[in-house]
Amino acid sequence: MSDDKACHPAGGDKEAASSEDNGGPHGGDDRAGWLKGLHAAYRRRERSIGAAVLSVQLLLLAAFVLLWEAAGRLKWIDPLLFSYPTKIAAQLASSSADGTLWPHVGVTVAETAAGFVLGTLIGTALAALLWWFPFVSKVFDPYLVVFNSLPKVALGPIFIVAMGQGFLSILSVTLSMTVIVTTIGIYNRFRDSEPGLVKVVRLLGGTRLQLFRLVILPASFPVIISTLKVNVGLAWVGVIVGEFLVAKEGLGYLIIYGFQVFNFTLVLSTLVVIAAAATLMYQGVALLEKKLVSGGREPS
Amino acid sequence: MDDKSPMLELRGVSHVYVGRKGASLAVDRMELAVGHGEFISLVGPSGCGKTTVLSLLAGLFPPAAGQVLLGGKPVTGPSAKVGYMLQQDCLLPWRTIRDNAGLGLDIAGRRAAAERNRVEMLLEEVGLAGTEGKYPGELSGGMRQRVALARTLAPEPDVLLLDEPFSALDMHIKMQLEDLVQATLHKLGKTAVLVTHDLAEAAAMSDRVIVLGRNPGRIRKEIAVPEAIRRLAPTEARKHPSFQALFDALWVELNAGEREGGSHE
Repeated sequence: MSDDKACHPAGGDKEAASSEDNGGPHGGDDRAGWLKGLHAAYRRRERSIGAAVLSVQLLLLAAFVLLWEAAGRLKWIDPLLFSYPTKIAAQLASSSADGTLWPHVGVTVAETAAGFVLGTLIGTALAALLWWFPFVSKVFDPYLVVFNSLPKVALGPIFIVAMGQGFLSILSVTLSMTVIVTTIGIYNRFRDSEPGLVKVVRLLGGTRLQLFRLVILPASFPVIISTLKVNVGLAWVGVIVGEFLVAKEGLGYLIIYGFQVFNFTLVLSTLVVIAAAATLMYQGVALLEKKLVSGGREPS
Repeated sequence: MDDKSPMLELRGVSHVYVGRKGASLAVDRMELAVGHGEFISLVGPSGCGKTTVLSLLAGLFPPAAGQVLLGGKPVTGPSAKVGYMLQQDCLLPWRTIRDNAGLGLDIAGRRAAAERNRVEMLLEEVGLAGTEGKYPGELSGGMRQRVALARTLAPEPDVLLLDEPFSALDMHIKMQLEDLVQATLHKLGKTAVLVTHDLAEAAAMSDRVIVLGRNPGRIRKEIAVPEAIRRLAPTEARKHPSFQALFDALWVELNAGEREGGSHE
């Protein structure tokens, strides 16, 4: 039994073990030194590959920016339509310095965060409802399929009429994009929970609520978190489209405004802000996922 | 309940599985009584209803006809009096070993300190002292099945139903666990029903082996294990001079049953 265990030493023990062996006899010393050398060589190789990847990435970015700048200034492309990096940087510098950019960023980020958090929560709640009432899930199955294949953005005008020109409409467009996908994905996970775990809880006399709390929900936790990540992307689409349709402020509004006044430097600089904010949000959720999902779980 | 009445009883039990394609008779008019502290095994070809009988005893579903009695009272559903051990350990990967072993107590809402202590003691007894704070992914298959044993014993069941709990393990770990399970059950005076494919395991562990026939599932033959073998731990029992004769008798019965049932798989 214990030798079985020895086949899978915990990852963290490796370095501690090699440094402890240093006090041993001469032969043992050599062994430890040899292992250390191999490990160091492995680490060097890893680091050099990492460095190479990063430098090529930076090089590509620099080349793209330089080419764009040159193309714009030398009029290979129309600077009125495609602008160029220094112009965009100047635009961003002035709008963030005089504070006109920040309210737009704030509004859009708030709408997006509300969109993906609420979308995931509501979707999970609906999935729980379908799991709890199999009859309901059978009844709603075709409707879910139809609603899921519908391009939800097409519902925009209806939301605007029903909820007015503002936050609620934008949120509704966003939720229409996130909720159903979430419901379907998480409900499938709920249903596919490992039958053995379900049987154990039943055999121990567990109720349906206990089954949900002890097995179904925790087993689906990684899927819920990864759905949250997918929903970050969907929520950005929903919010920007929603802002295109109705908003008086926000990054989507800035894009439409820039388009209407033919200021494509504004449009492109807003795109840069969106890319930065969306990446930050996605990385934030990815970090959260790492924190929540890794602890003690089987590497499966 | 008095000690004279059987701990477990099947009275004229039949079970039918109904599906879209029709209804099939899995178990037909089975009579079985298991005494207090007795250890019996059910062996038989696949399709003989072994697992169905175990599920009926556990109260997972009611029989189509007849009665299932536990301590003289009809079984109405899973209860804390009956523990069930599966072929897989089915530990919850996100719970520590301590919390996995205490799962049955959590479900029953038994959170007293004495109950917690018993979980720790059980883990120690099955040879897992020091692993309480670890997660199932950090343990080997044999150790995980030991946790499952502690989880089954924690709610203090009177009866243990063992559904091929050793069949997924390596030979030497399997034999270690057979010894451990038998010793633990004897010490605690539990009644046990073991379902297995392994005739040697059935012969080495039980007081009585029931050979089932199939199509439909029914009892073919009961073979009592000689006192001399019964008293020994399973690993020792396998070495006993009369063990081979017992094994051969089971072998003959099982083969006869398989031929009778036809190749209706």
